[in-house]
Amino acid sequence: MKILVPVKRVLDANVAVRVKPDGSGVDLANLKMSMNPFDEIALEEAVRLKEAGVASDVVAVSIGPAQAQDTLRSALAMGADTAILVLTDQPVEPLAVARLLAVLVEREAPDLVIMGKQAIDDDSNQTAQMLSALVGWPQATFASKVEVSEAVVTVTREVDGGLETLELDLPAVISADLRLNTPRYASLPNVMKAKKKPLEQIEASELGIDLTPLLKILETRAPEARKPGSTVESVADLVERLKTEARVI
Amino acid sequence: MSTLVLAEHDNARLNPATLRAISAASALGAPIHILVAGEGCDAVAAEAASISGVEKVLVANGAALAHGLAEPLGELIVSVAEPYRHIAAAATSFGKNVLPRVAALLGVMQVSDISAVVSDTIFERPIYAGGAIQKVEATGEKIVLTVRAPAFEMAATGEATAPIETVAFTPSSPARTRFVGKERAAGKGPDLASARIVVSGGRALGSAENFEALLTPLAETLGAAIGASRAAVDAGYAPNDWQVGQTGKVVQPDLYIAIGISGAIQHLAGMKNARVIVAIDKDPDAAIFGVADYGLVADIFEAVPELTKALS
Ligand SMILES: Cc1cc2nc3c(=O)[nH]c(=O)nc-3n(C[C@H](O)[C@H](O)[C@H](O)COP(=O)(O)OP(=O)(O)OC[C@H]3O[C@@H](n4cnc5c(N)ncnc54)[C@H](O)[C@@H]3O)c2cc1C
Ligand SMILES: Cc1cc2nc3c(=O)[nH]c(=O)nc-3n(C[C@H](O)[C@H](O)[C@H](O)COP(=O)(O)OP(=O)(O)OC[C@H]3O[C@@H](n4cnc5c(N)ncnc54)[C@H](O)[C@@H]3O)c2cc1C
Repeated sequence: MKILVPVKRVLDANVAVRVKPDGSGVDLANLKMSMNPFDEIALEEAVRLKEAGVASDVVAVSIGPAQAQDTLRSALAMGADTAILVLTDQPVEPLAVARLLAVLVEREAPDLVIMGKQAIDDDSNQTAQMLSALVGWPQATFASKVEVSEAVVTVTREVDGGLETLELDLPAVISADLRLNTPRYASLPNVMKAKKKPLEQIEASELGIDLTPLLKILETRAPEARKPGSTVESVADLVERLKTEARVI
Repeated sequence: MSTLVLAEHDNARLNPATLRAISAASALGAPIHILVAGEGCDAVAAEAASISGVEKVLVANGAALAHGLAEPLGELIVSVAEPYRHIAAAATSFGKNVLPRVAALLGVMQVSDISAVVSDTIFERPIYAGGAIQKVEATGEKIVLTVRAPAFEMAATGEATAPIETVAFTPSSPARTRFVGKERAAGKGPDLASARIVVSGGRALGSAENFEALLTPLAETLGAAIGASRAAVDAGYAPNDWQVGQTGKVVQPDLYIAIGISGAIQHLAGMKNARVIVAIDKDPDAAIFGVADYGLVADIFEAVPELTKALS
């Protein structure tokens, strides 16, 4: 069984975002970029399925600029067998990403696609659902447990109000939630080995998908700051202020 | 052209998040139709017909629609999409699951998680865990939106009586996704997403027993819902759907009390628009104090029982 894992290069989760003063976007210059944390979880799940003998091949894919090679090398160090970089320097929206992935799904013929439920930069939470709709494969989003048996995968999903379990016929698309697993750190020997693993590069233009954005970003601004608060000295003081000043209780 | 709003429900009652999505839809200025898809969901359709601002209710009933699975719902929405310019749903786990499929099948982008309607084509949405707000213009012929429900008021219900129209639906192919079951989190008290007061606990609680012993009495005293940080959920102190934050629930209550939560940006993303924020933490430098209206530097194991007592 072959698993395709799309991984996105994003601003590291521990870096504070700064909005450019001219409103044109978020300043990413010289900041630490990492693999989207949800994609690490998706990849970890795929690698575990391989280690359990369920999967034979794990292919990591990223769409983005040449620097996304680093993200793919991290994926290879975590245990992906091969990697594909679809090169573009232009912004790609989730629909374009899903369309590009659909082309790769056709070419690579995986049995399962496991991806992140959302990228922590744009927070769109769309791509897996779009890919599933485009290729006509069953979908299970926000997965916290995945069990593969023969031609079916059983997925527990984190939904409002609790947990839902679905059974999907393979091939299928799954998106990973936070509690699916805890991703491993790549060991130094694996980082070294990853340098020799195959990383194919394809120009996005060769895949025949129109990447023209459909959403126009007019402005990016910092959120309104809250008015500075105050420190209260005691519980009694707090209760008093909530009652008489804030009047919320 | 009109707007179609996808109703969220459990075949018995409408989810209040849908009423907030209706408010967002009202701001688009076009007539609103609401789609109720389920099995034996006539009571929900009747409830939907009473929402002010709703001009028509579409009802689709069938076994394939019983559990809100994304594949048949996406297909159904696309089959009725023709007369609509906007298609919207609340950005809950239900709405997020379904609408991107609709957008992909219609060949348009979805504008996710809108927090404001600027015009019928321009919207605001938070990105980077709320670290930035983006103003985007949708250029497609159709516009698919998910709505950050807490950012909008609830539409009123009760007066109106919109006509109800039945829509026939048979999935085009046999289902390859089957519903196995749903395990509901043991929820006492008000719903987290819509509660007026939320009491939230973090890693500092230290165990599920402490979480319960400290937070439940306070929440009961205040009539509050209970939330949690990711660290608390990961450690098993609280069920997953109590998580507040970038990747959990977004809440906007009148009062949010953060107890032993450091205030990571991913947590703030889910609560920083609360009207009043109280933080109790022993670390005076904790980031949570940066957004708190009232900060109390104290040990939670002393301060919280004292607070509960002072309020009862
Ligand atoms: C060079 C460049 C510049 C950009 N500049 C901007 C900009 O200024 N403003 C802006 O709004 N957008 C910009 N984008 C696009 C933006 O960053 C997102 O890629 C896009 O909007 C997708 O949203 P999302 O990642 O939140 O999707 P989601 O639906 O949240 O992503 C879910 C999952 O889809 C997969 N996925 C998503 N994208 C990729 C990818 N590229 N490769 C592999 N897997 C992926 C991952 O598994 C991810 O976890 C730019 C993109 C690039 C490549
Ligand atoms: C991709 C991604 C998504 C994420 N999504 C979310 C999300 O949706 N929601 C979320 O909450 N987090 C999320 N996180 C995690 C987030 O970054 C933080 O790790 C998490 O919020 C920390 O939880 P905490 O504040 O409970 O724990 P900590 O950061 O450990 O804070 C505990 C606090 O308790 C205080 N404390 C300890 N003991 C006491 C005591 N006895 N009395 C008083 N105070 C005490 C400490 O001073 C500290 O401030 C996400 C992270 C990533 C990378």
